[in-house]
Amino acid sequence: MRFSKDHEWVDLTGDTAAVGITAYAAEQLGDVVFVELPAAGKAVKAGEALAVVESVKAASDVFAPVSGEVVEANGALTDNPETVNDQPEAAGWFVKIKLADPAEMDALMDRGAYEAYLATL
Amino acid sequence: MSDEDLKTTPLTAAHRTLGARLVAFAGYAMPLQYPRGILKEHLWTREKAGLFDVSHMGPAFLNVIARTGDGEANHAAAAAVVEPLICGDIRGLKPGQLRYTLLLNKEGGILDDLVIGRPMSPARQGMLYLVVNAGTKETDFAAIVTAAGDRARLTRADDRALMALQGPAAGEVLAAILPASADLTFMTFDRVDFEGHALIVSRSGYTGEDGFEILAPAMVAARFWNRLIADERVAPIGLGARDSLRLEAGLPLYGHDIDETVSPVEADLAFALSRRRRKAGDLRGAARFADELAGGLKRRRVGLSILEGAPAREGAEITDAAGAVVGRVTSGGFSPTLEAPIAMGYVPPALSEPGTALKVVVRGKPQNARVVALPFVPHRYRRGA
Repeated sequence: MRFSKDHEWVDLTGDTAAVGITAYAAEQLGDVVFVELPAAGKAVKAGEALAVVESVKAASDVFAPVSGEVVEANGALTDNPETVNDQPEAAGWFVKIKLADPAEMDALMDRGAYEAYLATL
Repeated sequence: MSDEDLKTTPLTAAHRTLGARLVAFAGYAMPLQYPRGILKEHLWTREKAGLFDVSHMGPAFLNVIARTGDGEANHAAAAAVVEPLICGDIRGLKPGQLRYTLLLNKEGGILDDLVIGRPMSPARQGMLYLVVNAGTKETDFAAIVTAAGDRARLTRADDRALMALQGPAAGEVLAAILPASADLTFMTFDRVDFEGHALIVSRSGYTGEDGFEILAPAMVAARFWNRLIADERVAPIGLGARDSLRLEAGLPLYGHDIDETVSPVEADLAFALSRRRRKAGDLRGAARFADELAGGLKRRRVGLSILEGAPAREGAEITDAAGAVVGRVTSGGFSPTLEAPIAMGYVPPALSEPGTALKVVVRGKPQNARVVALPFVPHRYRRGA
């Protein structure tokens, strides 16, 4: 699993990556009450808005950590948005993206580097 | 503004101990939430009792300088100082009574919403207790001082702690510590002794629940707070849940749902216009209100139930069923009690009846909504006989 400075995680299997937000991000957001996901087929670019997550307090953008095509959105979050808080780095995944450029993974942090980054915040 | 420039309250250390997430709000470092989180804090307050630090607000006392032996005359003199600035009947308050009222500009626009109380004690007639909003307190107090001239003196009390204890268990919790609080009914207040210090205890609040707002001297504030927190029915609640609770209760937030461009009639707060003073024609904005009440109203604050999709937040467009923009959301979010998004906003009177189908536009997408009567969640105040 790799991590972005915007607190997204990417879990690559073959050429397709599951993407979600980290436990740290979920904790910062507080109770998630609504998740807006892109439709399958949508092309996304690294660094651009991918999804919107709404807590009781506010709406926050989730940025695409990698470029590619959305092949699946996690429809279970529509009925159970609290899964993002309960299991942020597992069942609370947002989308699966077919990577356009696997080399983008190299720009992301491994867990050790991400935890070191969190310690600076 | 850096964190070091933020003002603290007499309870800031207590919040840190409780693990609060402090944020800048109206120049103060205030708890947004505690580790439990906004959603659970909200539901806790609806089920038990929530304790809030609202010391950023603006409590103050206004004292008539030349008092006589006649309490009624002293009270009338104090009322005469503030009434020209506001729309309420202060002269007609009974001893111990509080009133929600509005500070108006010359056009009848709302400069602030506030509470004014008349003391219970015969010895204190000629004094008024006021609580204004945090973001407006400097201008409010300046306007009151100017109006008072040499007739009355304003004494700020925002160096003290102001706490709110809200929820169905609030009455029993507070009565265990301050037995005299049990005698208070909704919108009454009195001085109550706590360990030799005078607290000002009001049965009032901003959640729609029964509860109290308590002004305490800084030196006993943390001790009193900790006494309340020690009760297992009490949890500390941050500003996040305070906002979602007041939204469910249909209560406007100054600077968002009401501001100086909005009249009390537009804001659906016409109940705050004193009948006596409307008859006498001495209200700021009287001609505007008369026109609005006679059919000239252009917009009205309503509640919106969002029937699908994301919460519609402040600034979201409201459209009619055909998609024409008719107004804007002034505050909105997710209702933990109803488990659905709710909002307040302004629409033309013809579209303001409960049941009217409208739409709200969130990130470019129209979502179905319906006008509903306020409050979204019924008030549970402890009213007097």
